[in-house]
Amino acid sequence: MRPDRRTGGAVARALLLAALVLGVGSVTSARAEGPRRVVSVGGAVTEIVYALGAEDRLVAVDATSTHPPAADDLPDVGYMRRLAAEPILALDPDLLLLVEDAGPEKVVAQLHDTGVPIVTVPDVPSIDGVLDKVRRVATALDMAEAGETLAGQIRTAHDAVAARLEGVTKRPRVLVMIAMGSGAPLAAGAETSAAAIIAMAGGRITPDDVTGFKPLSPEALVKAAPDVIVVPEHSLEALGGAEAVLSRPDLSTSPAARDGRLVTMDALMLLGFGPRTPDAMATLAKALHPERMAAR
Amino acid sequence: MTGTLNASLAIDGADTDPAAWMRRREARTRLALVGMAALLAASVLLSVGIGALAIPPLDALSVLSARIGLGALTDHTPVQETVLWSLRLPRALLGILVGAALAVAGAAMQGLFRNPLADPGLIGVSTGAALAAAVVIVVGGALPFGLGMVGRDLLLPLAAFGGGLAVTALVYRIASHDGRTEVATMLLAGIALNAVAGAAIGVLVFISDDQALRDLNFWLLGSLGGVTWDRLLWAAPLMLGPALLALVLARPLNALLFGETEALHLGVDVERTKRLVVVLSSLAVGASVALTGVIGFVGLVVPHLVRLTIGPDHRVLLPASLMLGASLLLLADLLARTLVLPAELPIGILTSCVGGPFFLWLLLRRRGLGLW
Repeated sequence: MRPDRRTGGAVARALLLAALVLGVGSVTSARAEGPRRVVSVGGAVTEIVYALGAEDRLVAVDATSTHPPAADDLPDVGYMRRLAAEPILALDPDLLLLVEDAGPEKVVAQLHDTGVPIVTVPDVPSIDGVLDKVRRVATALDMAEAGETLAGQIRTAHDAVAARLEGVTKRPRVLVMIAMGSGAPLAAGAETSAAAIIAMAGGRITPDDVTGFKPLSPEALVKAAPDVIVVPEHSLEALGGAEAVLSRPDLSTSPAARDGRLVTMDALMLLGFGPRTPDAMATLAKALHPERMAAR
Repeated sequence: MTGTLNASLAIDGADTDPAAWMRRREARTRLALVGMAALLAASVLLSVGIGALAIPPLDALSVLSARIGLGALTDHTPVQETVLWSLRLPRALLGILVGAALAVAGAAMQGLFRNPLADPGLIGVSTGAALAAAVVIVVGGALPFGLGMVGRDLLLPLAAFGGGLAVTALVYRIASHDGRTEVATMLLAGIALNAVAGAAIGVLVFISDDQALRDLNFWLLGSLGGVTWDRLLWAAPLMLGPALLALVLARPLNALLFGETEALHLGVDVERTKRLVVVLSSLAVGASVALTGVIGFVGLVVPHLVRLTIGPDHRVLLPASLMLGASLLLLADLLARTLVLPAELPIGILTSCVGGPFFLWLLLRRRGLGLW
């Protein structure tokens, strides 16, 4: 499978990437080394397994593993903080990839005691955190080389965006809003994965005087006065669509509503700090700094 | 117990010979007790035998005989041994203990308060435990270095146990005056403190981050998962001891059905009975909640199920509740851990969504028979 040079640039790049991924996958499946029955817990971890082309080794994933869509078809061991030991053991895994927040602790301890190899992957919201995740997952799968390749690609993609953003002085205020049930939507404050990705894309989170994801009062939202609003896809549906968000009484006076600047993307891409983090960065950067991201 | 007597006579139709009626009643009670013991045995076998991993009965026997030093009977796999011995057995035992503790405590509470709505949570033990657990989950999660994974894992049950006892002690203290405890005051104080603790949990929910919120939600729905032998051995005496001790309260509780003054005239130490019921229930329920989170409905409904089948005599009500509570919790857990494989449902969902409609059906059937 070779990319056709006459097709459009974007298509060629996509094909090239697909070819790379497929290529890596076929090489590794030819070698019968490394774990063959892997349970992957954590959306970003599962994405990395797919990006390494090792998805044929997955026997189950957790409920937060929603990308790529094929991962949704795999057996689901439940929410990552609510794992159960016996069903996982019944899958006869030879490797458990657990994102560091996986739990409950007592079940993880039980799994440890059974002697199943467990690799815990730290979750740090930075580009180095992503690269570290990739390397650890790849090493656990006995694919260190493919891991370096993937890490290199991610690093390159990240650096390309970072280079364009170098020296930005005007950092737009970004509100990241997540719908939670029927209650008030949550806004991302400081010290969240949302704040990290927004900073990487040349913005700053607002409100920044609260930490974590908090339900905000309408007046606090008015005061936050975001220049850009970011809403994950699922939440956008729950909030009634882009129009509804921008015409909320507590947001309609904001610069974001005035200029219609609302960005939506897959929640796992936005907040997961997995292989798609450079894509998330680029998408956000285009919305935050269109002049810098325009083709040169 | 004339009211019950009349009601029971009505069940048996036109029969007016008290001696024959008593004999038939005793036979029926014995049959029901044997039936419940059989149900418990069957529930244990099913719980140990069924799970995500296939372990044929022979292999299961083999694991057990290997574990008690008689050597393996079949070539069972190490994974089967781990699952059976380290996961299923302690979990089944925990199910028995928690189900028994909740149901006996519920029966004793309903007897003490002479109120069909009473459940073990009424004196604040569940809410107190939930509040303490919420503090550990929310505040503990927010401390950057304060609590490692292991620390929290241990701290959570200890705090829940302590919190449950503390709130119950407060309820009891408020209702006690001059060496007497007013049951009505205790009930109202329990409701008030439950509301206060509920509000405090609400505050914690409000300040908690997304992950702590999910942890808390799951904890509040309960689970028997993740129990280990050493933790079980620590908690078992705290659940089983009070549950068994409560059985000796049958006679005083029977006397209390007539009212406190009447019980006093019958020679029952009413104050001592109240104290014992509160202490034993809070110990048993506190230990259960500490290990499993809040499991609703069992303590409320199981005693009623027993009363509907064999009547309100605490001498059979308490042991029958113990067995039925254990069986029902085991069966609920069996469903919880097999319905959505390879994931697991919170058991609180099962006990409420299966128990609720079943209980309603019983009530409606009873009404259809014109029994009230």
